[in-house]
Amino acid sequence: MIKAVLVINTQGKPRLTKFYGFLTVEKQQELIRSVFGVLCSRAEKVSNFMEVDSIFGPDSRLVYKHYATLYFIFVFDSSENELAMLDLIQVFVETLDKCFRNVCELDIVFNYNKLHSILDEIISGGQVLETSSTEIMRAVEEISKSESASNSISIVPKTVSGWRSR
Amino acid sequence: MEQLKTIGRELAMGSQGGFGQSKEFLDLVKSIGEARSKAEEDRIVLREIESLKRRIVEPGIPKRKMKEYIIRLVYVEMLGHDASFGYIHAVKMTHDDNLVLKRTGYLAVTLFLNEDHDLIILIVNTIQKDLKSDNYLIVCAALNAVCKLINEETIPAVLPQVVELLGHSKEAVRKKAIMALHRFYHKSPSSVSHLLSNFRKKLCDSDPGVMGATLCPLFDLITNDANSYKDLVVSFVSILKQVAEHRLPKAYDYHQLPAPFIQIRLLKILALLGSGDKQASEHMYTVVGDIFRKCDSSSNIGNAVLYECICCVSSIHLNPKLLEAAADVIARFLKSDSHNLKYMGIDALGRLIKLSPEIAEQHQLAVIDCLEDPDDTLKRKTFELLYKMTKSSNVEVIVDRMIDYMISINDNHYKTEIASRCVELAEQFAPSNHWFIQTMNKVFEHAGDLVNIKVAHNLMRLIAEGFGEDDDTADSQLRSSAVESYLHIIGEPKLPSVFLQVICWVLGEYGTADGKFSASYITGKLCDVAESYSSDETVKGYAVTALMKIYAFEIAAGRKLDILPECQSLIEELSASHSTDLQQRAYELQAVIGLDVRAIGSIMPSDASCEDIEVDKSLSFLNGYVEKSLEKGAQPYIPENERFGMVNISNFRNQDQLEVTSHGLRFEAYELPKPSVQSRTPPISVASSTELVPVPEPSYYRETPQTAPVPSSSDTGPSGLKLRLDGVQKKWGKPTYSSSSASTSNSSSLKVVNGATQVDGVSSGNSKTHETSYDSRRPQVEISEEKQKLAASLFGGSSKTERRSSTGHKVAKASSHASEKFHTSKSTTIYSADNVVEKPNLVQPPPDLLDLGEPIVASIAPSVDPFRQLEGLLDSTQDPGTFGGTKAPDFMALYAETPAGGRSAVTNPSQISKGPNVKEALEKDALVRQMGVTPSGQNPNLFKDLFG
Repeated sequence: MIKAVLVINTQGKPRLTKFYGFLTVEKQQELIRSVFGVLCSRAEKVSNFMEVDSIFGPDSRLVYKHYATLYFIFVFDSSENELAMLDLIQVFVETLDKCFRNVCELDIVFNYNKLHSILDEIISGGQVLETSSTEIMRAVEEISKSESASNSISIVPKTVSGWRSR
Repeated sequence: MEQLKTIGRELAMGSQGGFGQSKEFLDLVKSIGEARSKAEEDRIVLREIESLKRRIVEPGIPKRKMKEYIIRLVYVEMLGHDASFGYIHAVKMTHDDNLVLKRTGYLAVTLFLNEDHDLIILIVNTIQKDLKSDNYLIVCAALNAVCKLINEETIPAVLPQVVELLGHSKEAVRKKAIMALHRFYHKSPSSVSHLLSNFRKKLCDSDPGVMGATLCPLFDLITNDANSYKDLVVSFVSILKQVAEHRLPKAYDYHQLPAPFIQIRLLKILALLGSGDKQASEHMYTVVGDIFRKCDSSSNIGNAVLYECICCVSSIHLNPKLLEAAADVIARFLKSDSHNLKYMGIDALGRLIKLSPEIAEQHQLAVIDCLEDPDDTLKRKTFELLYKMTKSSNVEVIVDRMIDYMISINDNHYKTEIASRCVELAEQFAPSNHWFIQTMNKVFEHAGDLVNIKVAHNLMRLIAEGFGEDDDTADSQLRSSAVESYLHIIGEPKLPSVFLQVICWVLGEYGTADGKFSASYITGKLCDVAESYSSDETVKGYAVTALMKIYAFEIAAGRKLDILPECQSLIEELSASHSTDLQQRAYELQAVIGLDVRAIGSIMPSDASCEDIEVDKSLSFLNGYVEKSLEKGAQPYIPENERFGMVNISNFRNQDQLEVTSHGLRFEAYELPKPSVQSRTPPISVASSTELVPVPEPSYYRETPQTAPVPSSSDTGPSGLKLRLDGVQKKWGKPTYSSSSASTSNSSSLKVVNGATQVDGVSSGNSKTHETSYDSRRPQVEISEEKQKLAASLFGGSSKTERRSSTGHKVAKASSHASEKFHTSKSTTIYSADNVVEKPNLVQPPPDLLDLGEPIVASIAPSVDPFRQLEGLLDSTQDPGTFGGTKAPDFMALYAETPAGGRSAVTNPSQISKGPNVKEALEKDALVRQMGVTPSGQNPNLFKDLFG
């Protein structure tokens, strides 16, 4: 089971946090801080895996990937496969990239409700639900379409027009 | 076009807030991005909270404004501030009919609330309604909320609808309904126990995605109870076969691999079902073998599937062919350049090692490389592997390595773990008493405060009881070696309390036993301990009792007692101590000193710590006195729990089955405050005057027969004796270990040297391939003699395997240089037995000398400059050693669209062709920088390595 999905920038600011079990706000902050602390001290050419029992309790592993200014972090237990999780991060980021065209940190800050929709398509209740970025895109696209139909609020003009041109 | 759009976006942001958000939100994010300290950020967020608090309650807020407030609340909470004042508004938003608002509301509540929050009750109704909605997007949103917000009590409220949705026409809804049901199962298995068959049914869903999702709950169910699902083995195997044969639609391919995530999950399930079941396993052999053959090992996900295959093979009934395939994959993983794959390889090796230990021998050098890798994760995983493969022949090397690593790290959590592992291995496999004591000393010295107190008690007991055989001389040798080593260590500053307790106890009990050290010397040392750790009462207690023992033994031996002045002052000081325990001990000591030889001989017999002390639990020796008192008209004693009426009597009798039948009265020991528990516990410390810190261990006593007086060894501290001493003693019994292991490791090291010299000639053929696959700055391939020796002592490999593995690698000239240095420094003693023992120490320091120079540079780099870090990210082929030299390629060059410089090497062709895209990204990056969101951002093509 996946315990948490975190996106933290290289300065330790959380950009997206999703915990699949309930934690108090203080505890969440503490975890984010300690995860960031450990990630900072990692050398560059090392593995993307870590055992984080000391932070998240027994049977916790962490997989992270560093993209430009962001760390994408998945925390999970032994019922998942580390390499597969690494690819799940890839799926997530690929989807973001499709969705925002060269996604950058700013997109993530301003559209994190959209990010949450994407994440909810991939992971549900801590279990991996969907792993094809095209499928995820289709679902998210449909949500956006009907959202824009039901309301004149345009969430992200860029992305909507981007889809049409595809 | 793209560029225009970006500019448009920027304009929009400036005026009315781009990204659909208002300028205020934009400003908030911007100012937080620019905040220089946590305090400044907090100030900004608090101001934001104040303004939100004020505004959110204003009447008649337009809905889109409200939506933004909610988003801002979520943002504030993500930054770690309390946004609970707004929860109710998020709840209200879920009631809205508008899809956008509803989804925002659901998003906010799933992030804000836990399943037991008071506001949930307000949402359940909405969820019920939404689950019935015609719009499947609303249903999906509601199902997402169900996963997070529904608790055991509210499950029945939504369960019927969720079950109904399992048959929904949209596969997205069916998938989410399965997940919701799975979640219910997690929260309260009984609530959905009658619905579990649904999961089986959904396995046959027409949509492969739904089938894949069903595997999640099935995996959990099978983990709990594999036997009820054995009938599904054939189905799972056939599904896996179809998936592996590309029968699923192309859409399920990921990196050219057919539905790898489904394959992984199926393999996990098969591993569970085939474990210990030959019949079930036989169904699986073909398909797993097929996957081994077909799976593409060049992609990350392909390796993930292969790794899962190995796990499966190691779990199901053994099949030699599959084992071979698994070993091949492991070999590929370990030889890989990627740390991730090495990690998986080590992990997989740990799984297979139980089935076939010889696999590890083939990879011994790779394992040693991993052990010396600067990557902590890999190192720890390797230690885990070593822990699994420890046997009596390699325990010394492994434990020494572990201790060295333990000393080097600061992470207390892992330190504790590795310390307890060291202790466990030492207890199980120790080749000699001397080594055992030395090892324990090291563990206590460096991690004493982290190890379980039981370990200390166990050590004391081992020293006291000797090691099983009736060989008294060996026991006394052990004790004197312990005493000697402790006297040596005792002077070190800041020893952990637990260790000092052991030291004091051993010195008190055996310090003067062999006559090597005088009583005044030992007592002087004990006084020093008591003085320098004056704040630790437990240690002081141990020290005083140790003093008492030594004085008692002196008197018993008929020697003149010579109490050092500092001891005298210590005793006086303690007899006025605030701690009643210390006071008691001090007075006891004074009393004991005053006694004559005969009395002391009976209260403090020498070397009697293992003698059983008979505890007369019923205190029958007082019977005469009690009777006399009763005759004189004294009140009979009524146990405490009988004093308030007779209600408890039967209860009491049941609990306490002591034989107090000879009298009508119960002569119980005075009850301690908690009668129900304590009445079972024999009064342990009554009779043992030397007992220091009784640590009651009820579970231990429960095992001893209640009727007999409890045999408790007085001094070892009857606590913590539950450890598996029996096994240990047996293993320790064999005196052959110490001599044989020394000789074997010695001879094997010789073999290695032979092997290495042989290899030198042969290596040239293989070295080429290695030099190409490993890049030039990784001299790790050069195997030093030290490493080989280490390998030999770890794996104890036969000379045959030794040669095989070493020919697989390259022994370069440089390595012989390095080893030569060792030879000269260590001169010719290198083959002596002592040296073999010292070997780990030899190997430990040379990393910079041997091969780890580069990785160390790499590990320093990130702390230097985030820019450089990014450079490394950009150009992965670049040597980290040249970091200092290369500066970021000129920005203008990129604007001019010349894909020159180091960038072009890694830029994906598609990215280059998308020319304007780069620009757009650049613009965006510039904007971002301007926003202060990503001050360290250097790479304009932020995610280009994504496709690389």
